[in-house]
Amino acid sequence: MSAVDARAAVTRAHREEWARVVASLTRRFGDLDIAEDAAAEAFATAVEQWPARGVPPNPGAWLTTTANRKAIDRIRRESKRDDKQREAQLLYDDEPPEPLGAIEDDRLRLIFTCCHPALAMQTRVALTLRMVGGLTVAEIARAFLVQETAMERRITRAKAKIKAARIPYRVPSAEDLPTRISGVLAVLYLVFNEGYLATGAGTDPVRQDLTAEAIRLTRLVRALMPADGEVAGLLALMLLIEARRTARVSASGELVALDEQDRAAWDASLVAEGHRLVRERLATGMPPGRYQILAAINAVHTSARDVRDTDWAQIVALYDQLARLDRSPIVALNRAIAVAELDGPEVALAAVDRLEDSLAGYHAYHTTRAELLRRLGRGRESRAAYDRAIELAGNTAETAYLTRRRDQLGVRD
Amino acid sequence: MQYLVSVINDSSDLATQEEMAAIDAFNDRIKAAGHWVFAAGLGSPDAATVIDNRGDEPLFSDGPFVESKEYLVGFWIMEAADLDVALKLAAEGSKACNRKVEVRPIL
Repeated sequence: MSAVDARAAVTRAHREEWARVVASLTRRFGDLDIAEDAAAEAFATAVEQWPARGVPPNPGAWLTTTANRKAIDRIRRESKRDDKQREAQLLYDDEPPEPLGAIEDDRLRLIFTCCHPALAMQTRVALTLRMVGGLTVAEIARAFLVQETAMERRITRAKAKIKAARIPYRVPSAEDLPTRISGVLAVLYLVFNEGYLATGAGTDPVRQDLTAEAIRLTRLVRALMPADGEVAGLLALMLLIEARRTARVSASGELVALDEQDRAAWDASLVAEGHRLVRERLATGMPPGRYQILAAINAVHTSARDVRDTDWAQIVALYDQLARLDRSPIVALNRAIAVAELDGPEVALAAVDRLEDSLAGYHAYHTTRAELLRRLGRGRESRAAYDRAIELAGNTAETAYLTRRRDQLGVRD
Repeated sequence: MQYLVSVINDSSDLATQEEMAAIDAFNDRIKAAGHWVFAAGLGSPDAATVIDNRGDEPLFSDGPFVESKEYLVGFWIMEAADLDVALKLAAEGSKACNRKVEVRPIL
């Protein structure tokens, strides 16, 4: 075994086994901090040993055993100082390895604990990426443009709160499950969106590391909860957006609007997978939730070979359905964009203008107005709306796009 | 495990008859379920006296130790297996007394 192969094996094991190792240790030791440290140490040991001794036949089992030993070492070290009794308990803990089903459940427990509503949203995101995703604190800090020490503090504080307030390590009861799942999905969607429309002047406009991680984690949740419609819906939504990733930003780093994208550049296999999930949900005949409707809207867009073939009536109908579930002004804004294609820009502009009170600070509101005013030949107002959108947009590709659109407006208007 | 559920008032209104009745009903329910440890309503912060006896002799001063628009008007101490149980009880308590509440673990 070459060193390169061994390193590749560690990388693969990290991707496939990290969450499992952390989850099973958390259940055994009842402590996220111990589980995280021991898992990290086990992977570090693998990096040292696998090149020389070869990759063990069952890397997952090897890592879990090694991490268990590291955790017991640490507890022994610490219990020399205080808790002798706990040490004794651990020394004689020789439960047989868990059957596969229970281990699967452990990862789900871990996800629900990291996404607990008693934690701040940003903390849930960070904790999920660390404990379930296995990203390093440095990577997470970089992704969210904060100092590594600040991110470390946030994660440490979260682990301390979980322990002190006794946030349980379990899958919520059937009664609480729907709301708690939507909390988990909100975390995953936030990770995805931060990747898809990264904010910050110094970052890449699209953070593929984050979109890929969000998809990977959503696939994991889907594998653990295959019957949940919203999980399937969110995965489909992410896949259909991710499929357009390369077409969405031009070579010069400018955002390419949906109607200008080279549709041949879309990832056909991701589109097919997304469509399959949407069809699968439709076939159940169950009323769709928010993510399923958003996925269906994206399925309609990605079904059109040419933007002119887009079934706008279908899209408006789906937005109507969504608006019944989610009265947010952002849904109303997106509906208006589709209405512009169906009933013309004047009708759409009237709908958009009604949203001013709630959306005046949101760049997409001004972008939409700018585009509609432009189509109505109201150049001066359009320019002012682009100006405001540029001020508010945080994404570099979007700013570049908006600037070009604004500068294309005739000077006369 | 025990949790302190603090009742936070953001207005100076006292509990209404209806709210008192709802609090009583809630207390009966959590007593029956074995979650009730203790509960009390508090006098207003104006009635507070701060004592500091860390020095040579006790110092007494009038008023709450921190002035704020929101303040503690009462609390429960509840027995709950974990935070999920405590949060559920606290949510019912908030509904009953018609106030915000804060949950903190007791060490």
